Amino acid sequence: MKFSRFSKIAVACVAAFSLGMASSAMAEWPKGDVTYITNFNPGGESDITARMQESTFKKVTGHGFIYQYRVGAGGAAGWAQLNRITSDGSAIMGINTPHIFLQPLAGNVGYKTEDVNVVYIFQLTPYALIVPAESPIKDLDDYIARAKAAPGTMTVAGTGTNSAPHVAKESFDYHADIKTTYIPFTGTAAASAALLGRQVQAQWAFTTAGVEQGDRVRLLGVAMEERHPLFPDVPTFKEKGIDFTGGARRGVAVPNGVSEEMRQEMSDVFAKVNQDPDLRKRMEDAGYVLLDIPYSEMAEYTRKLSEDYQQVARLLGMIK
Amino acid sequence: MFEYLFQALTPINLMLAVVGVIAGVTIGGMPGLTATMAVAVLTPLTFTMPADSALIALAAIYMGAIYGGCYAAILANTPGTPSSIATTFDGYPMAKRGDGQMALSLATIASVTGGFLSVMALLLLAPPLAKVALAFGPPEYFWLAVLGLTLVASLSKGTLMKGLLGACLGLLISFTGSAVIGGDMRFTFDQPALVGGVNIIVALIGIFCIPVILDLVSSPDPHLEVNTGDKKGLRLREAFGHVWREKVNLLKSSGIGTLVGALPAAGGSVASLIAYSEARRSARNADEYGKGAPGGIIASESANNGTVGGGFIPTLVLGIPGTPPDAIILGALLVHGIRIGPDLFTEHSAVVYTFIFGLAIATLIMLPIGLFMGRYAFKAFVAIPKTLLVPGILLMTVLGTYAIHSSYADVVMMLALGLVAWILSRAGFAPAPIVLGVVLGAIAEQGFVQAWLIGSANNNLLGMYFGRPISLVIIGLIVLGLFYPLIMKRFKKKLMVIDNE
Repeated sequence: MKFSRFSKIAVACVAAFSLGMASSAMAEWPKGDVTYITNFNPGGESDITARMQESTFKKVTGHGFIYQYRVGAGGAAGWAQLNRITSDGSAIMGINTPHIFLQPLAGNVGYKTEDVNVVYIFQLTPYALIVPAESPIKDLDDYIARAKAAPGTMTVAGTGTNSAPHVAKESFDYHADIKTTYIPFTGTAAASAALLGRQVQAQWAFTTAGVEQGDRVRLLGVAMEERHPLFPDVPTFKEKGIDFTGGARRGVAVPNGVSEEMRQEMSDVFAKVNQDPDLRKRMEDAGYVLLDIPYSEMAEYTRKLSEDYQQVARLLGMIK
Repeated sequence: MFEYLFQALTPINLMLAVVGVIAGVTIGGMPGLTATMAVAVLTPLTFTMPADSALIALAAIYMGAIYGGCYAAILANTPGTPSSIATTFDGYPMAKRGDGQMALSLATIASVTGGFLSVMALLLLAPPLAKVALAFGPPEYFWLAVLGLTLVASLSKGTLMKGLLGACLGLLISFTGSAVIGGDMRFTFDQPALVGGVNIIVALIGIFCIPVILDLVSSPDPHLEVNTGDKKGLRLREAFGHVWREKVNLLKSSGIGTLVGALPAAGGSVASLIAYSEARRSARNADEYGKGAPGGIIASESANNGTVGGGFIPTLVLGIPGTPPDAIILGALLVHGIRIGPDLFTEHSAVVYTFIFGLAIATLIMLPIGLFMGRYAFKAFVAIPKTLLVPGILLMTVLGTYAIHSSYADVVMMLALGLVAWILSRAGFAPAPIVLGVVLGAIAEQGFVQAWLIGSANNNLLGMYFGRPISLVIIGLIVLGLFYPLIMKRFKKKLMVIDNE
């Protein structure tokens, strides 16, 4: 995009400035404004998250963000370029799960999961099963009963194939031992319109959709350990005996060249940002759940995630 | 709600509307820089403004960009944005024969009218129209795309077979990449650059613009005829005369634009193509369409600006963006802490109504701004020697293509598609059917497969495709469009037989 050229110049200036500082100052991150690369459109959830973080980031570090966008191929266009961005710590890139695990399994997308050096994971958007407000499906038990009575006739919308909502659908169906029909749409707008227009009976989405769609929809259940504070009446799947929790996660990653020491510093900064009560409130009001996976625990965490997604990929039929 | 009219008329909001329209027209007028991009690039600048001003600025940019697309379409046969594809069909032939300024005047009047009517629909009819938009399911999208594809029949100059083959090529291009439904990798040849598919803008620039450039280079003629004498200038009176004669077409196309804009999975390109095909079908001078008929420009331009107001209907009523720029504007609203919901029109009525009035004002301001900018765009375009024009356009196409994803692969793809399109055009394949295939292919395919999946799940495949009222209306239009010429011929023959007796 056009402004990315400005940002590049800005990055170059910041980089030059920080090199000059390096000899005199302590190695503390960040040394100037940080270029925050988002692989989705401005105004998307990833962008909104980054912008929610900025004021707190400024409070913690005294520096701001320079936003850059590398949109394409569901984020893959950006992650494929991660190891080509500057590795002096002046640029970071947002990451999303399950994207960075499932995309490389689907084919050659220009990067491998292990090329993405995740420094911190700060947010979880839990999966939610939603129906239109006036739907005859009363609750989660009713949904499962209907799906069991006529296997495959329940139609459920979601965005894309091998995507987060698709993962949710397959995992839930597996754990609840039901069979439903997944109808993929391009983008959240089309999927939500299909649900509200009653083209499908239900939709796999996130708790944020429950906030955005307000009382036009009902949440049947959320894939969380405990109930979501915004939806105290909506049960978790676990309460109903279905062992399924999860959602899409967001975090930040850096290219290979960034030193271990600096990665640790970044992780500490994002941990502090996540503790800010203002930020926590804003995120929770929008339907997100805050998550704190620091760099020191990342290797173990991503190894576990990778195993989970291997299993999901088998459910999706992506790998044998 | 009219108290908010004055809020929209504050100096700062008026200034933002003017600046927004000018910025939009400039960006939209350049091939490769689209309305979506214009809004995306300028959105962060509005985060510090009050919510209503930010919305007015963004919507003015959007409206301006959709209109600005007509400049490149008319003057260089290259749609400035995908929404102005259909404007090239008659706009360029008009410019070629020396009526360029009049084509611009027609496009300006039609854009302002279409845009204004759609904003009025947004103001007065938003909730019922949102309901209609939701009634469009996968089968309706499929049939809508098929309706658009029937245009191939009328667009293939020369042989129909070549037009159909071109459309098939376009469909194949639209299938490239990882499939939205099924996730299969199609025609990617293990190249990461192809996983995301061929971007519509990349295809558009390559297929329309590159052959134009190569043709300009390969002939010594001046790029546009310039009328002197009494046929020069904006010819506003004449243009208004044409618009008045086409008033039914204008109203119908504005309506089609508003409705299609309100459909979350179809945008300006689909709206203008469908409005064009409907205008051509019902026109008395259908033979002149494609050769510089004023009605073609009026249909395309009023419909594409109609999608702006139309697109805001589901965006504001349902929180579901009607078109891609709306998605970005919706995100900007969330950054401003305004949550879209059923209570938006009541709880945030000040912001919403100020915004709608601001958009209406921006649309009206577009008339003088457009005529003024169009006049100078034309003069500059005609005055530039070909030796500067060709490298200039080429540079813009490369920059525009690169700007989409900051990707060199897109530039290579654009140039390759352009070369193929040029060779094909030498062999008698027009670019329009190919682009039609690219634009409508994805919508048709996804609608068809989604309808198939839902139909199979309910064990009612036939009913899914042929048993829904809106689908049946669209199917009726398709049949009418395809067989209308035949029926008319029969009818005329019968009349002649009767006459002879």
